[in-house]
Amino acid sequence: MSLIINGAEYELASPPLTSLLNVLREEVGLLSPKAGCQQGGCGTCTVLIDGEPRRACLTPLGAIEGAAITTVEGLGDPRNLSPVQAAFHEHYAAQCGFCTPGMMMAATGLLARRPDATRDDVLEALAGHFCRCTGYVKIVDAVLSAAAGRVDTTRPEPEAEPGEPSVVIPGSPA
Amino acid sequence: MSVAPLAEPEVLVPASEEEAIAAFGDGTGVTVLGGGTILMPELAAGRLKPEKTILLARAGLDEWRDEGGTTRIGAAVSVGALVDAPEPLASAARHVADYEVRSQGTLGGNLCAGPGRGFPRGDLQAPLIALDAYVRSAGAGGERTEPVERFLSTSPGNRLVVQVEFETRDRLGGWAALERPHAHSYTALSVAATISPSGSDLRVACSGAGPYAVRLRSVEQGGLDGDPGEALRDVHLTDDALASAWYRERMLPVLVGRVLSQLKEAG
Ligand SMILES: Cc1cc2nc3c(=O)[nH]c(=O)nc-3n(C[C@H](O)[C@H](O)[C@H](O)COP(=O)(O)OP(=O)(O)OC[C@H]3O[C@@H](n4cnc5c(N)ncnc54)[C@H](O)[C@@H]3O)c2cc1C
Ligand code: FES
Ligand code: FES
Repeated sequence: MSLIINGAEYELASPPLTSLLNVLREEVGLLSPKAGCQQGGCGTCTVLIDGEPRRACLTPLGAIEGAAITTVEGLGDPRNLSPVQAAFHEHYAAQCGFCTPGMMMAATGLLARRPDATRDDVLEALAGHFCRCTGYVKIVDAVLSAAAGRVDTTRPEPEAEPGEPSVVIPGSPA
Repeated sequence: MSVAPLAEPEVLVPASEEEAIAAFGDGTGVTVLGGGTILMPELAAGRLKPEKTILLARAGLDEWRDEGGTTRIGAAVSVGALVDAPEPLASAARHVADYEVRSQGTLGGNLCAGPGRGFPRGDLQAPLIALDAYVRSAGAGGERTEPVERFLSTSPGNRLVVQVEFETRDRLGGWAALERPHAHSYTALSVAATISPSGSDLRVACSGAGPYAVRLRSVEQGGLDGDPGEALRDVHLTDDALASAWYRERMLPVLVGRVLSQLKEAG
């Protein structure tokens, strides 16, 4: 079985009834699609299959031979985010972040099929996605601002790569 | 002592309707996977361990044709696509799950959904009965085409659904349901009906009052001005995880009344 995942071709060994979610997380090592309910009910495993948002936990590998899969890892990179990623960042649309990958893939799919999405379109597109933290308001605002093109997708180079803290706190364990 | 290797479960991906029918045979020991929105959690949790599975994704059963006054919809057409179908099928399809699940779940899977753990599923069944739809299926004894209500009362578990068809007549449609608290809640009760523009041939059915949808013949006999409470003659209500029989007994006449009013206003 083969899939094109974030633009690269993969030959896969998982049996055909394995869920795409398990293929992505366990065989390919892509961890953005989360294993939540694994029964279609929470939305956090959502990825794009040939451009359309779908539940990875409900999709058997054998049904999608040759398909193009996009996960959050394929949206943008830390210096150049996708509009949806940048909007989530600017609007503080994630708290614990567990729902965020599914929300972002559903929103990306929505803006691809309906670039001028209205608030009702956004509510409809995210209706199957559970967020236990944010209360949804900031997520909806983020998607609407991405739809309106009101986002800066570039991010500055970090001043220094994070490393060991240089501050020594007296009495702290070594 | 030699140990025989465990047989790998067989998974077939037929490339045409003919291949799917041949692979299904008489259906013994075969599990059919349409969109997988019901089956995949069962497989993932190990509650279902099929010996032979047929994946319908590539079998060409996703065609939808309107020809010579008949609408023919393949079993693998998604519920999401049916939001463009004639009423009351369109309204029911719009209220199934959320965008992604709707786009993945199929018409065939919805017809064969059967009761879930403690509650009925298959919200498209009542609209199909109201549209006087027929199911073409294959299995033991070969292919056959029969009314949806007969199919549901006999064989949904052991046939391969190939296609659903109904006459594309100029009928008026009505649909009403108990509101779902969330896109992922199943509809506890819904009523679908159609009538010809001349006001004859009323057909009414409900989903959620039993394991599969049922036709409400007593309501049909009473006509548009009949007593909606007659619906209770045609159902055997039980308690389940979604609603009590007590509540359904009170709400079924209300929903029937709403649908009859919709038809009267449209006529
Ligand atoms: C979060 C969530 C919410 C949902 N909400 C609703 C809802 O509101 N209303 C509703 O009606 N449903 C709902 N469902 C259930 C489901 O999505 C639909 O019933 C869908 O139409 C099932 O189709 P499927 O192709 O995915 O079924 P599958 O999982 O592929 O199969 C379901 C059953 O049908 C059989 N089957 C499938 N195709 C065929 C065929 N062509 N011939 C013979 N047998 C076949 C399978 O063997 C299995 O027994 C929901 C599901 C989820 C995960
Ligand atoms: S993990 Fe797939 S919907 Fe919850
Ligand atoms: S941010 Fe925690 S679940 Fe949404």
